[in-house]
Amino acid sequence: MDWHEIGRIEDIPRRGARCIKTPAGKIGIFRTAEDQVFALEDHCPHKGGPLSQGIVHGGAVTCPLHNMVIDLETGQAMGADQGFVPTIPVRNDNGVLYIGLAASGLMAAE
Amino acid sequence: MTSKERLVIIGNGMAPGRMMDELFERAPGRYEVTVFNAEPRVNYDRIMLSPVLSGEKAYEDIIIHGDQWYADHGVTLHRGEKIVTIDRTAKTVTSDKGTVAAYDKLVIATGSNPFIIPVPGADLPGVITYRDLDDVEKMLEASRTRKRAIVIGGGLLGLEAAAGLKMQGMDVTVIHVMPTLMERQLDPAGGYLLQKAMEDRGIEVRTKANTKAIIGDGHVEGIELASGEIIPADIVVMAVGIRPNTGLAQEAGLACNRGIVVNNAMQTSDGVIFSLGECAEVDGQVYGIVAPLYEMARVLAAHLCDDTSSVFVHADTPTKLKVTGINLFSLGDFGEGDDREEIVLRDATSGVYKRLILKDNRIIGTVLFGDVADGAWFNDLKKKATDISEMRETLIFGQSYQGGAPLDPMAAVAALPDDAEICGCNGICKGKITGAITEKGLTSLDDVRAHTKASASCGTCTGLVEQLMALTLGDTYNPAAVQPMCGCTDLGHDDVRRLIKAKELKSIPAVMQELEWKSSCGCAKCRPALNYYLVCDWPDEYADDYQSRFINERVHANIQKDGTYSVVPRMWGGVTSSKELRAIADVVDKFNIPTVKCTGGQRIDMLGIKKEDLPAVWADLGKAGFVSGQAYAKGLRTVKTCVGTDWCRFGTQDSTGLGIKLEKFMWGSWTPAKVKLAVSGCPRNCAEATCKDVGVVCVDSGFEIHFAGAAGLDIKGTEVLGLVKTEEEALEYIVALTQMYREQGRYLERIYKWAKRIGYDEVRRQIMDDADKRKAYFDRFVFSQKFAQVDPWSERVSGKDKHEFRPMATIGFPEAAE
Repeated sequence: MDWHEIGRIEDIPRRGARCIKTPAGKIGIFRTAEDQVFALEDHCPHKGGPLSQGIVHGGAVTCPLHNMVIDLETGQAMGADQGFVPTIPVRNDNGVLYIGLAASGLMAAE
Repeated sequence: MTSKERLVIIGNGMAPGRMMDELFERAPGRYEVTVFNAEPRVNYDRIMLSPVLSGEKAYEDIIIHGDQWYADHGVTLHRGEKIVTIDRTAKTVTSDKGTVAAYDKLVIATGSNPFIIPVPGADLPGVITYRDLDDVEKMLEASRTRKRAIVIGGGLLGLEAAAGLKMQGMDVTVIHVMPTLMERQLDPAGGYLLQKAMEDRGIEVRTKANTKAIIGDGHVEGIELASGEIIPADIVVMAVGIRPNTGLAQEAGLACNRGIVVNNAMQTSDGVIFSLGECAEVDGQVYGIVAPLYEMARVLAAHLCDDTSSVFVHADTPTKLKVTGINLFSLGDFGEGDDREEIVLRDATSGVYKRLILKDNRIIGTVLFGDVADGAWFNDLKKKATDISEMRETLIFGQSYQGGAPLDPMAAVAALPDDAEICGCNGICKGKITGAITEKGLTSLDDVRAHTKASASCGTCTGLVEQLMALTLGDTYNPAAVQPMCGCTDLGHDDVRRLIKAKELKSIPAVMQELEWKSSCGCAKCRPALNYYLVCDWPDEYADDYQSRFINERVHANIQKDGTYSVVPRMWGGVTSSKELRAIADVVDKFNIPTVKCTGGQRIDMLGIKKEDLPAVWADLGKAGFVSGQAYAKGLRTVKTCVGTDWCRFGTQDSTGLGIKLEKFMWGSWTPAKVKLAVSGCPRNCAEATCKDVGVVCVDSGFEIHFAGAAGLDIKGTEVLGLVKTEEEALEYIVALTQMYREQGRYLERIYKWAKRIGYDEVRRQIMDDADKRKAYFDRFVFSQKFAQVDPWSERVSGKDKHEFRPMATIGFPEAAE
């Protein structure tokens, strides 16, 4: 797995998200009120909504299209919903963020 | 004695002071010690500077090592001498006064420097940092002759400085760039309570405030915020953080990152040079509080005595604020996560907030405010990783509670005497409430409120009143099923709105604390609702919470199923021109916009725009005079019109003109749900005004105002509000009606549902019959528009929220691509 530097934690608003573009598709990167950072494929398991555009609350994000709530740490849908979004490892070195992608992962077909 | 090893220490702060204590204990006489101190003083307790500033202690009280101590231990102390070079080959150091000292072992303890934010005017006389006794003396002197102080920085040090200056009689304002105080040690709820406690002391706190410049001619006269606001001040204290002081080590070629890099034996990249204190970096961490620094001192002393068994290990240290009367404790990790659980206790009346973060039945973090008595106990449970599953139910109540019988809340209420006060706001005691219930046969909470006033003001005693009703009425009491706003609270929308006004809650953390929210930062249901209620109720004071808005209102466009956006410019009253149409056509071509369509509200919708393109699209539309059509907003959307007397042979009034006037008056206002208007020029009603939220049907004798129509999920013709004679009246009545809805509607509740809930007659009574009420609603709407009528597109074209429209990073594409 390769670690890619993506910027600093301050680049993401608290209780907010940004997205990262890769050849294999977009990745959403989320920052909670308490400065934890998570990354998920930017693709809701329900209808493919861009999760990085949702409202971040606690350790979860609500999809902007149809309000499915996804747990940021596990990628699992919460509540009565079923579904799963692949998570991507994030490293925080004194505020500098890295995401870990398999070398082949960047090329994977979406 | 030349047989002794020579130990030279650069710096005379608390860390090397403690290190020497440990060293002389372990191996008295082993080293010949020389200390260089840039300050002209002995070792004193820097943590106690705040009590010196507040006047609670004097310098003499905080000295750790007096002159005698240095003499007793044979330490040579060079006061007021700063080391300027380290010669690692010759193993000597040289001071600014020319003193040269040779070492066998060298300790660098240069500490840290206060960080000065690089704004214009930062070098003006009157700008003071908060680091050492000189700074405190400068502040004390200023407080004797000057009146107003600004403290930049709402962290531990800044708040202690603010409290100290206040106690010295100055007017103090704290400027903090983040939304809540001490955000690194406290969660938002704790930060809110802290802000309240500071404000109760008469200290003004400004959060989300960015200092642009310090202004003054020859001396500080005030600061200018990024918003352009100017706050006058006689002194400015900068307490925004510290930077490890690594300059000397860097020049000597020692490895440095943020601090001087040392291993867990405090050894730098040069084997005979050590470092400790705030300048040292172990395992990527630097420290600014005393406990880990003392641990470094212990480890270094051991190694200097050849005891290599001792190593430095990171440990969480609780944070406490040294402001008399404010009790605050935070410890460990208080982030959220799927494998974590939290226990929250809020007691709004006594200002207590306690939060425990658990992982695998063990405490990993604690935030306590107001009542910190159990801090030590929670710290101990965390340190020992005690399994708390046995006492989980009562853990949050603290140590003394463990093992006691669980309390039955009903039994506690039943045991209250008749003269026990239940409702503090209105002074209502238990006997009065139970008496009224029995005598008047009251069965609902609203009845009890109406007859006794109990729980009718702030509402915090609602729970108690309900328990009294249950006790008095027994099984016949059936609490009205109020639908809670969401899982974060038991309160319904109406109660929350009432309490926001009654308790003057002006921020989301304030609502969550005072109304005892069950989650720490809400959810996607309650946050947008609270944000709307606060915008509506405190238009001039509330700072909109961007992160609590849905994506459409964040980016001022409508998200589509594929993640692209649609853009609808405002066309006042549905009227356009060749110039506008040409500008739209050019934008469509330039950005390859796949679909252009007319909307149901007589506007042009451009669909399929990439998020990154939005600011450029708006820039081009803006040049043609377009502003946002707010087709995404829970706010005023469109006013649909027919051509009226301008062209139509049946037209009775200028319906187009009135539509444009209404739209220009009302655009930008946020409402509980979307609001769509229409004005028809005659009863043939071509603008379909009788299925709108508010509609006008023009007749010969004036303007018939309609409201509460629907043509969506439900279909419903409008109700008639009444007939008015002039355009001015029509505008005033419609605006007043909208404001009434803004103040009473539940978030996402359209006008027709709100009006049905409160009664059409009630709306007519307040808007048509009660001129004072109508005027008051109208005035409040006008006031709120002062803050709402800002075109969001042009703001974003000028750079607002730029992060929103750009990817944070692009990775993995070949260099040349794109």
